[in-house]
Amino acid sequence: MARLAGRRALFAVPVLLVVTFGVFAIAAASPFDPVKAYAGTAALGADQQTLDRLRENLGADQPFAARWWQWLTSALTGDLGDSSVLRQPVAQVIGERLVWSSLLCAVAFAAAVLVGTVLGVLAARRPGSLIDRTVTSLAYTLEAAPVFWIALLAVWLFALQWDVLPAGGLTDTASEQVTAGQVASHVILPAGVLAVSQLPWFTLYVRQGVGDALAEDPVRGARARGLSERTVLLGHALRSGVLPVLTLIGSRVPELITGALLVESVFSWPGIAAATVEAATAVDFPLLAALTTLATAAVLAGNLLADLLYGLFDPRVKLSDM
Amino acid sequence: MSTRRIRGAAATAALAAAVTACSAPSSGGGEGDAKSGSVVIGVASEPDTLNPLLGYGKDGNSKIFDGLLAHDADLKLKPALAAALPEVADGGRTYTYTLRDGVEFSDGEPLTAADVVYTYRTALDAKTNNTFKSELDAVKKVEASGDDKVVFTLKYPYAAFAARTVLPIVPEHIAGEQDPNTGTFNTRPVGTGPYVLSKWSKGEKLTFKANPRYWGGKPKVKTFTMAVISDDDVRATRLRSGDLDGAVLPPNLAATFKSDDGKRTYDAKSYDFRAVTLPTPNKVTGDRAIRRALDAAVDREAMVDKILDGAGRPAYGPLPVDDPAFTKAVERDQDLGKAKKILDEAGWKPAGDGIRAKDGQRASFTLLYPSGDKVRQDHALAYASDAKKAGIEVKAESATWEVIEPRMKNTAVLAGFGSTGDPDFGLYTLLHSSLAGDGFNNMARYDNPAVDRALDTGRRGQDPAERKAAYDKLQRALVMDPGYTFLTHIDHLYVLADRWEDLGTQLEPHEHGFASGPWWNIEDWQPKK
Repeated sequence: MARLAGRRALFAVPVLLVVTFGVFAIAAASPFDPVKAYAGTAALGADQQTLDRLRENLGADQPFAARWWQWLTSALTGDLGDSSVLRQPVAQVIGERLVWSSLLCAVAFAAAVLVGTVLGVLAARRPGSLIDRTVTSLAYTLEAAPVFWIALLAVWLFALQWDVLPAGGLTDTASEQVTAGQVASHVILPAGVLAVSQLPWFTLYVRQGVGDALAEDPVRGARARGLSERTVLLGHALRSGVLPVLTLIGSRVPELITGALLVESVFSWPGIAAATVEAATAVDFPLLAALTTLATAAVLAGNLLADLLYGLFDPRVKLSDM
Repeated sequence: MSTRRIRGAAATAALAAAVTACSAPSSGGGEGDAKSGSVVIGVASEPDTLNPLLGYGKDGNSKIFDGLLAHDADLKLKPALAAALPEVADGGRTYTYTLRDGVEFSDGEPLTAADVVYTYRTALDAKTNNTFKSELDAVKKVEASGDDKVVFTLKYPYAAFAARTVLPIVPEHIAGEQDPNTGTFNTRPVGTGPYVLSKWSKGEKLTFKANPRYWGGKPKVKTFTMAVISDDDVRATRLRSGDLDGAVLPPNLAATFKSDDGKRTYDAKSYDFRAVTLPTPNKVTGDRAIRRALDAAVDREAMVDKILDGAGRPAYGPLPVDDPAFTKAVERDQDLGKAKKILDEAGWKPAGDGIRAKDGQRASFTLLYPSGDKVRQDHALAYASDAKKAGIEVKAESATWEVIEPRMKNTAVLAGFGSTGDPDFGLYTLLHSSLAGDGFNNMARYDNPAVDRALDTGRRGQDPAERKAAYDKLQRALVMDPGYTFLTHIDHLYVLADRWEDLGTQLEPHEHGFASGPWWNIEDWQPKK
């Protein structure tokens, strides 16, 4: 197990190098101009000398490979550089925002797992029943619906039409302090939308897993022994049906990250994802590279987690063979 | 570690995560009202930084900072941190400011001449990443003389210099300790103004509290919040639901509040013009007859009524009709007959398809407008249809600024611009031939010796009457050779809950919402009796 983790950590190094280099290359090739992004509307009234001076000061006149190397060498010494678009050190940007993104993702994921399990089990109990057909078709519909569209729909319905939940932000507009209660009411809508976007695959996997388990010999035996339907469902079928699904959670991290990106933008949630969008459109190299590294690390960690869980919970898989 | 023990640990961790995800009991949010002295305003965008050294509040109206001078409601200069207007000597080359007594920064440190000197020197430093350094181009040196006097020495007499000194003053003992480009001062500013920043949640809102040390007395509005809501519809909805007390809105949404008794609409006149640049190097747009014909063919009144819902004024030049320097004589109506006559006399003859041509050159050009800006798109399409009536083909195309910029030297662009403070600020960079094609200055590469001369006189002349005559001459010369077709000056609309008195608006620049708006003097608002 430790060997597997160690091997993966070694493997992560070249991946991170390639990914960050790729990000620098793509950003340099994009039509966005870091100087214009930095100056914002003020650039549309600026003289050439000013624009040139900014280009030099921001280091935007150097080739991207040189900038990548600079970024890499200073990042290794612990200096992540300064974000030009947010006018703050990158470490500070991440420190301020990571906690809110983690909260959003954690709440969303917990909700998706809980609701997904319940729906999946309900659907698997009687394949082909009305519940099963409803849940399955709903899952396929949601699978096809873009996250930002669901988010806008949710804002329109819950905030604008019914006025039951706040439309965005972290706290009420007029409040100064960040209180737990305010954050709790503000997190419902974005986390709910993110959960809904993660729900379909999970529900369908659980339905499949539990359905297969219900058709297996041990379950048939348990039923034959006259155990109650509840015990059979929760004790036998759910356990053997859901374990393989749990192992998949880690591999869904990339989807969660892209989902969070869109949801945070729509709900003006002050998290890391919103900063990523800004960094990308402003060609803010240091910030973009740091955030990409974070995301890549999260994906790699998710995959590692998936493999470890697989080895732990599935008796057929030996970690030593991986 | 055995597999079983790891399973146990994993289960415990999952349980712990589930418990922490539970929510705390909620507490109600407070409603803003005049009694509690709090105001919540919705704006479309937030500043990138709150550091004046990087350009925040450089044109005045910052609530956290004060400049040496400030603008009043009619944009006249009045003393702020300076005790009086500056003494001008040496033929307009030196400006001496005496500081007001007893001013303290919100952290309790006294303001001294050293802070002023530090502010201007850092703003002028090439290493400071701001875009307004060139606006202070006239400054040769700035020095303190004692604790309460600051002397600016200029490279040349610059009549409008005093209006530049609305630049907010920052405390050297805080800002001087850090890198102006990325230091904490960008997000946690300290100034002398009527309010202090209590919290900035980026992308969401900024909250301000009254500054107990403010030299100008205690504001009645104790706290105010600027909520950043980029979507116009969402902003209007939140205003309607009472979440906001006021908001900046486009004309069509502002109109929906007309019948709401509890809300008042403020219509701020502005310097914010929409114009078509007619680049000089282009064979068609550089032709004086074409320019004059286009100028006569456009129906400005119709644009104001149809595109802006009446919330604007026809633009007969870069200066709005209510600017004191505006020349009444240049007001003109649409005159298609005149447009055709000009073209006929210049040899632009109608061809088979109704578009005119001269020496094999069709009277046709492309007009770019920034994509996503509906108001500019409507202006571009209206302009194209008016031009067609005179026999000139204008092909309107949308593009991003990344695409527009390399093409703007010989392609027409639907531009928007406008500066307040002094005619020199907006006009010099827009029209002077020495700045042709310099970044975004003089985008049309306009080159007219008479206009250049008038600009120079207006910039260096010390006599107000002489300056006014120069700008008068300039406006008339622009009509004879209109290198830009000025279309409209657009009004900025704000809707506010009607709970406060003494509100008004200033003539506003192109930039608006965060600094200008009815809240430009929020420290003077009084609750309604």
